[in-house]
Amino acid sequence: MSFSTVLMTVFSTTLIYAAPLIFTALGGAFSEHSGIVNVGLEGMMIVGAFSSTVFNLFCAKIFGAATPWISLLIGAVFGLLFSLLHAVATINFRADHIISGTVLNMLAPALCVFLTRIFYNGKGQTPIIDQSMGTFTFPGLSKIPLLGKMLFTHTSLVAYLAIIVGIIGWYFLYRTNIGLRLRSVGENPVAADTLGINVAEYRYLGVLISGFLGGIGGAVMAQSITLNFSVSTISGQGFMSLAAMIFGKWNPLGATAAAIFFGLAQSLPIIGGYVPFLAHVNSVWFQIAPYAITIVVLVIFLGKAVAPAADGQNYIKSK
Amino acid sequence: MAENYVVEMQHITKQFGNYKANNDISLQLKKGEILALLGENGAGKSTLMRMLSGLLEPTSGQILIDGQPAHLNDPRDAKKLGIGMVHQHFMLIPAFSVLENIILGDEPTKGIKINFQKAAKDIQQLAAKYHLKIDLKAKVRDITVGMQQRVEIMKALYRQAHIFIFDEPTAALTPQEIKQLIKILRALANEGNSVIFITHKLKEIKEVADRCVVIRNGKVIDAVKVSETPEAALAEMMVGRKVNLGIIKQETDQSQKILKVENLTVENHGRLKVRNFNLTVHSGEIVGVAGVDGNGQSELIAALTGLIKSKSGIIKLLNQPLQNLSARQISQAGVGCIPEDRQNVGLILPLTIAENLVLKDYYHQPASRHGWLNYAAINQHGRQLIKDFDIRSQSEKEKAADLSGGNQQKVIVAREIAAQPKLLIAANPTRGVDIGAIEYIHEKIMAQRNAGRGVLLVSFELDEILKLSDRIVVMHEGQIVGELDPKTTTSEELGLMMAGKKPVMQKG
Ligand SMILES: Nc1ncnc2c1ncn2[C@@H]1O[C@H](COP(=O)(O)OP(=O)(O)O)[C@@H](O)[C@H]1O
Ligand SMILES: [Mg+2]
Repeated sequence: MSFSTVLMTVFSTTLIYAAPLIFTALGGAFSEHSGIVNVGLEGMMIVGAFSSTVFNLFCAKIFGAATPWISLLIGAVFGLLFSLLHAVATINFRADHIISGTVLNMLAPALCVFLTRIFYNGKGQTPIIDQSMGTFTFPGLSKIPLLGKMLFTHTSLVAYLAIIVGIIGWYFLYRTNIGLRLRSVGENPVAADTLGINVAEYRYLGVLISGFLGGIGGAVMAQSITLNFSVSTISGQGFMSLAAMIFGKWNPLGATAAAIFFGLAQSLPIIGGYVPFLAHVNSVWFQIAPYAITIVVLVIFLGKAVAPAADGQNYIKSK
Repeated sequence: MAENYVVEMQHITKQFGNYKANNDISLQLKKGEILALLGENGAGKSTLMRMLSGLLEPTSGQILIDGQPAHLNDPRDAKKLGIGMVHQHFMLIPAFSVLENIILGDEPTKGIKINFQKAAKDIQQLAAKYHLKIDLKAKVRDITVGMQQRVEIMKALYRQAHIFIFDEPTAALTPQEIKQLIKILRALANEGNSVIFITHKLKEIKEVADRCVVIRNGKVIDAVKVSETPEAALAEMMVGRKVNLGIIKQETDQSQKILKVENLTVENHGRLKVRNFNLTVHSGEIVGVAGVDGNGQSELIAALTGLIKSKSGIIKLLNQPLQNLSARQISQAGVGCIPEDRQNVGLILPLTIAENLVLKDYYHQPASRHGWLNYAAINQHGRQLIKDFDIRSQSEKEKAADLSGGNQQKVIVAREIAAQPKLLIAANPTRGVDIGAIEYIHEKIMAQRNAGRGVLLVSFELDEILKLSDRIVVMHEGQIVGELDPKTTTSEELGLMMAGKKPVMQKG
């Protein structure tokens, strides 16, 4: 295999694995900027993966090649609905954010596998989808020497979409008035309240955006990587996204970059097979790597990173 | 109708549980008037104003704005009616820039994008009009308390309020800044705005207010014309008894050197804040450190109490070197400190009064044994100090967060003085505290001096420094720029020196 082909493989597998993490990490950033800690991203991804897969299996005949893309939207909508639980629990009932998020993470796999058994004759996993998200070669751009092959040939279109969403997310949070207000309720809800900003409303917005993007993240996982749904479709990606968000200092651009880094870590088991000098390493190490890297990054960066000041604090309005 | 009132509050009662914070309060504000609201801490002034700004709902009573009954259920209702409030505890977001803090909630937009240029231009115009110096790009967490105050004022101005509520705005300001503020208040009133100005500094009321409403224990005591009422009468109405505003100093033995600081240099975030600082505090002496906020006072105190390391120099307490010991070692050596930020440094707000009172002693007997806290002893100690120091509270188990500012400060004073320090450091000990408590805290500090201890008083209140100190040093850019005798100096002389101007030498 030529050197440029190896590079192409490394870049494209990295992006394929990064795409779900980028969406979900961005979702986490929105939730936490509004002041709601979101460890329930894993659960939101699971719901997104499940709903998108079921939709794909039922409707592939109707929508043909467009099915996976519509499935993303379906995953997003169900992720959003599922995140409502977290919003209601934390914003209305002032539950502890970590506990509520953990409930989501326990509820989602149980519920989705249960439904899978009902829909698919008692089997614990769905059949493989017919219409999946393949790789994409950018017309024109792929002709650029070296770079064209590395970045724009047989690559993940949805990852590029994710990066664009990251840029939009940054613009939204730091340049628009809604973004400013959303961040204000995560920094100092008392002050926001005195300015007539409805704290609960903006916190809902933050959590629902995270459900929406987390749902997309899970759907991308199912539509482009596992190609079906089972209990192991989402195995820690929600937490890796959370780690990426922290690593990226709650900034959408930072989170996007960190998610790409974690995508590289995730793709190691696959890349390992291609890269000559890595070929003889026991593949177990590559499989452990993403999780080990997540833990190491969290340990090193969690202490130093500055979360929004009121992240995790419930707001009680006195009347 | 004889007069047109901009604001009329009628028979307002506000209950928190069974406690009536406001009890049948009525007041009127005329157009173009500056109305002072005078009352001790805990009298219910902020509560009343929070109802006017839509943050709290009255239990009963009604509010008329421009003669119309107003429904103020939300800060947005207040804003629509042109009511702007500068809160006692700043309502700012430290991580945001000054500009973002000012426009938050009322951002000018171009499409969905915030139009930062337009906002900056509008604010700069207002800033020029009212002579408010603010740095729009700075993050609020990096600016001084004085500038934060100006940001709060700018927030109300920016929202085009015509009824301004200032809740103890001068508590944190330097004399120069207070003069500025008073000019702003006058300018506001001259343009037909109406101002409610909460304070417990009688001098300021005399200087700026037209009328004064006095509140005590949630009830209106009287509404008077300021020009016709002497200060002493106001003080008496507020406190409910005669107040002793002066203080008599007795002779003390000042032969012993309690604190000796030599060539102390302290850095904070890489910036040199205290340079080659020399100071001696004798027994039975109060040394006042005057200076404008931000000239190294905070760093000096932090180095003396072990909160930050000094870069070089010597700190000695009765010949025992203290520099760069831990805060606990310094406290054990006999240094007590009333810190300037009582809510963040002085107290742990979620803990009870009794727990806060043993923060210096919890780790040894009788408060604890083998690592187990002895709550019987802790609470007993708490009850004792609450009695000794007249801390107004429901019980020793009340959270420090639920006390009024004056009583929070008394908790700190009680803890630090009960430890019988050889040196007491007091940093703005009466900031934001009412006259009754000021009188009390001053007496306690004086008693320390009279008992032969050394006191280092750092304060932005010139009157406080002039009243208590035996000797005044002026700090400017990390150094002492002069020493004055409080008996012969004036606040003008002191003010000039604080601004870094050397006293003019007479030619001769
Ligand atoms: N949200 C609240 N819940 C219970 N008690 C309160 C609340 N806000 C204020 N209080 C109490 O009401 C009294 C008046 O407080 P406040 O209006 O802040 O006084 P002031 O501003 O005159 O110092 C105090 O005793 C205070 O403890
Ligand atoms: Mg108050």
